[in-house]
Amino acid sequence: MHLPISDKIELNILHQNSHQAEKNKIKFNNYNLLCLNIMSSPGAGKTRLLEITLEDLSKKFYSAVLEGDMTTNLDAARLEKLNIPVVPITTGRACHLDANMVSGGLKLLEKKINPNLLDILLVENVGNLVCPAEFEIGEHFKVALLSITEGEDKPLKYPIMFREADLILITKVDLLPHLNFDINELKLNIASTNPKADVIEISSITKSGFHLWQDWISKKILKFKNN
Amino acid sequence: MTKCLILSMEEWAEKKNKKKIVVEKINLKIGEFTCVEPISLINTFNAAVLGSWLDSSEITIETIPFEGKCSKCNRLYFPKKENGYKSPCCNFNLEEIISGRELKIASIDFKEK
Repeated sequence: MHLPISDKIELNILHQNSHQAEKNKIKFNNYNLLCLNIMSSPGAGKTRLLEITLEDLSKKFYSAVLEGDMTTNLDAARLEKLNIPVVPITTGRACHLDANMVSGGLKLLEKKINPNLLDILLVENVGNLVCPAEFEIGEHFKVALLSITEGEDKPLKYPIMFREADLILITKVDLLPHLNFDINELKLNIASTNPKADVIEISSITKSGFHLWQDWISKKILKFKNN
Repeated sequence: MTKCLILSMEEWAEKKNKKKIVVEKINLKIGEFTCVEPISLINTFNAAVLGSWLDSSEITIETIPFEGKCSKCNRLYFPKKENGYKSPCCNFNLEEIISGRELKIASIDFKEK
């Protein structure tokens, strides 16, 4: 046996994922297809958000969904009722989507529709406030949902998720009159973690704030298409 | 994360001729502002590599402090959750992160058989 050798490589542990994410992004760009990575804890309202959003959005833009789920296709089945292309990605025991999974989902999507015809791809990540924040999938923007039933402190407790997000949607705001919840404290906690993030309050029951969210998406699509 | 680490090691070993080396230490640099809990990474790695070519390797972790820069006075500071990550000097929100996001294999100590 020889003497030990130290190989100083300074290599990012996630470099393989980052490399695949970059390849995904190049594909999205070549298709002129804007990709949003939608993330939140379980039950914050991602699927319901997409159901309501796509009802209107699909009248103006050609949309598709990659639906990440650990064990079922239940959410994908809900979205398929909207008559848009939906590809379920079942992650098994993995608690997040990674770039390889999204690449596989994109290949399945290519069999359903020519992505050149699409304007926007919404990727619903697995419900989890931790791991999805670290794994790039090739998205152009990250959207994080936070429902008010989760508490004002979540941006401080899960700072990486809220730091990484380009837009934070505060969901279930119709419940505000029924809860002892300080939305201003939540907004301060978001601002202290990520002062640059856009923040929109929405309710899937009253539909309040949905016009702002739809405007946000529309502007991003149009800007992306014009670049 | 453990899977990504093992895949990175496999990729590195492919260039070294895996059968002719023994990895003694994998030296990581993990930032405090990441989703990685060092002890959990060590435990899951040790479990995942049992019986594999990495079975005898040990992980060491250098923790990189979470450091921000106050956007008002440019002072460096260590953001704290209890203070909402704000700068203690000017009470400004966390804008620039200087360090703490590292997830790196810094070096690999190995022997040739």
